[in-house]
Amino acid sequence: MKAVVWNGINRVSVERVPDPELLQPTDAIVRVTATAICGSDLHLLDGYVPSMVHGDILGHEFMGEVVEVGPEVRRVKVGDRVVVPFPIACGKCWYCEHGLTSLCDNSNPNPKLAEALWGYSPAGLYGYSHITGGYAGGQAQFARTVYADENLYKVPEGLTDEQVLFLTDIFPTGYMAAENCNIHPGDVVAVFGCGPVGQFAIRSAFLLGAERVIAIDRFPERLDLARQAGAETLNYETDPVFERLKEMTGGRGPDSVMDAVGLEAHAGGPGGLADAVKQTTRVLESDRPHAFRAAIMACRKGGTVSVPGVYGGLADKIPLGAFVNKGLTMKTGQTHVHRYLDRLTGHIQRGEIDPSVIITHRLSIDEAPHGYQIFKHKHEGCIKCVLDPWADPEDHEPVGTK
Amino acid sequence: MTTQTEQVSPQNSSPAERLLFGGLGVGLILLSLRQGGQSGILLGTGGALLISGAALGRSVGSAVTRVQRTEDDNIIVQRAVTIGKPVDEIYTFWRNFENLPHFMSHLESVRVQDGDGRRSHWVAKAPLGTSVEWDAEITEDEPGRRIAWRSLEGATVPNEGHVDFRPAPGNRGTELHVSITYRPPGGTLGAVVARILGEEPGEQVGDDLRRLKRRLEVGQEPTTEGQPSGRKGAMKAEAKMYDNRRTT
Ligand SMILES: [Zn+2]
Ligand SMILES: [Zn+2]
Repeated sequence: MKAVVWNGINRVSVERVPDPELLQPTDAIVRVTATAICGSDLHLLDGYVPSMVHGDILGHEFMGEVVEVGPEVRRVKVGDRVVVPFPIACGKCWYCEHGLTSLCDNSNPNPKLAEALWGYSPAGLYGYSHITGGYAGGQAQFARTVYADENLYKVPEGLTDEQVLFLTDIFPTGYMAAENCNIHPGDVVAVFGCGPVGQFAIRSAFLLGAERVIAIDRFPERLDLARQAGAETLNYETDPVFERLKEMTGGRGPDSVMDAVGLEAHAGGPGGLADAVKQTTRVLESDRPHAFRAAIMACRKGGTVSVPGVYGGLADKIPLGAFVNKGLTMKTGQTHVHRYLDRLTGHIQRGEIDPSVIITHRLSIDEAPHGYQIFKHKHEGCIKCVLDPWADPEDHEPVGTK
Repeated sequence: MTTQTEQVSPQNSSPAERLLFGGLGVGLILLSLRQGGQSGILLGTGGALLISGAALGRSVGSAVTRVQRTEDDNIIVQRAVTIGKPVDEIYTFWRNFENLPHFMSHLESVRVQDGDGRRSHWVAKAPLGTSVEWDAEITEDEPGRRIAWRSLEGATVPNEGHVDFRPAPGNRGTELHVSITYRPPGGTLGAVVARILGEEPGEQVGDDLRRLKRRLEVGQEPTTEGQPSGRKGAMKAEAKMYDNRRTT
């Protein structure tokens, strides 16, 4: 089959690799019909997530049709059309039973690296480095999915791939970020970053009752899309964000602030190593931690900072004094995708949100390397790329069809 | 086991040991700078760990292997895990020592030798494809609370251990607290060598308990072995380094 393969920093290629097979009785094989490139794939592309290995198949946002199930799979049937949540739940541990599926105790086959870096291991993730299990991803024509009964979510009739694909990650991620803001009637929410997750965070904040949402980015097409959702916008290249936020909120500051930018994850390690490691990972060249610092500074006293952005290792110069003296709350986490699936599918079915509005590019899988490039550099107005693993690259329209 | 042997005393390293490991650390960092990329980061991290250990004067051997020692210089391993199953189920599973090799990867077999299962014969895998055998007896057996055992006279690696079963608060299942004490051949050096061979005891017991948890909670270990990839040549070995490191 064809698959998108990580071949080192800034090198992805489309290669022929063996088809996946059932490896355990609870597995299912999915014929992928749609898959997407995610912002967190860029952290892998840029080499900021340790423990990627050349040849790893990328992709954690994918859906398709079940074509084979293991002998112990009961609920999922061949022919089912399913979306695949990116965190893998065993369904049996305390975390899974309490809806904290991205923290599953049992699904990471390689937990020791994670424990060394983070103290405890979260769930296994598809297509996302060996710290989280090294599971082959879904930017491929077929994918092996594990604990099929616990994870594969059957898509209701009448919804297109593009409407439900983002249930695998970015829609629930934006939604959980908004939920983490603890929104009350009348609240003003600020969102740093209007990429795909930010777009869903903005829309989810409104779904959850925010009075106003202020969205911050620098790319006009992203700010346009945010305005279409009803947000007011700030361009941080031309607006003094802190002062403007203060002014727009009558001097109070936003009640909650989301960091939907994320830090380029960097290789962790015991504190004494931080400097050496930072140099080798080029983290000092990244300006992305600014969003997190800015979120803490901008948030009103007693407010909430919600962090859906990806952070991997150690960060410094966090304004802890502001955090403590303003009595802020911070909420974080990889998304517990499973717990949001029914709720968000309902929003889509009732027409309260159309997730496909963020798609700017539809590409064949052969064009994935191009997709990574335009997404990374925000060329061609790229906000979100969806890949069709089965399209003939010849007759596929490579330009955005937004 | 008596309680006073459970006390752990910190070990200080000898100057020679510090020099050796410090030198090794510098070497690794130099190598990491030449290597660059992801493997470079790993090497550099390892090197810096070794240097910091040497600088702090903590027993680098012990720090690297995380070996803890009792006051009478036995090696002690203490690990705990919470398993989302009732105490009785886990106690019953453990009490049949013949189940232990199902999750203790270094054990080849345990054969119960008498009617009440108090005496047993253990065969363990040792480094370099050899095996070690010994007889053991149960010294304490409180159903649903505690099992303790001890190797009998003549064991190559004399050892004893106990596991306590405690109901975890808030319906979280059962806490298992495992403690195993033994004297490996060759003291700290032996432990360092064992660690290099992937047989370090503390990590091994930790892995074993995780395997037990996964067996009892899910019925199987997750795996990625056999999945497709675009790996070529040497990269297979590098992936192996990160992937399921099992001692089976
Ligand atoms: Zn994603
Ligand atoms: Zn779980």
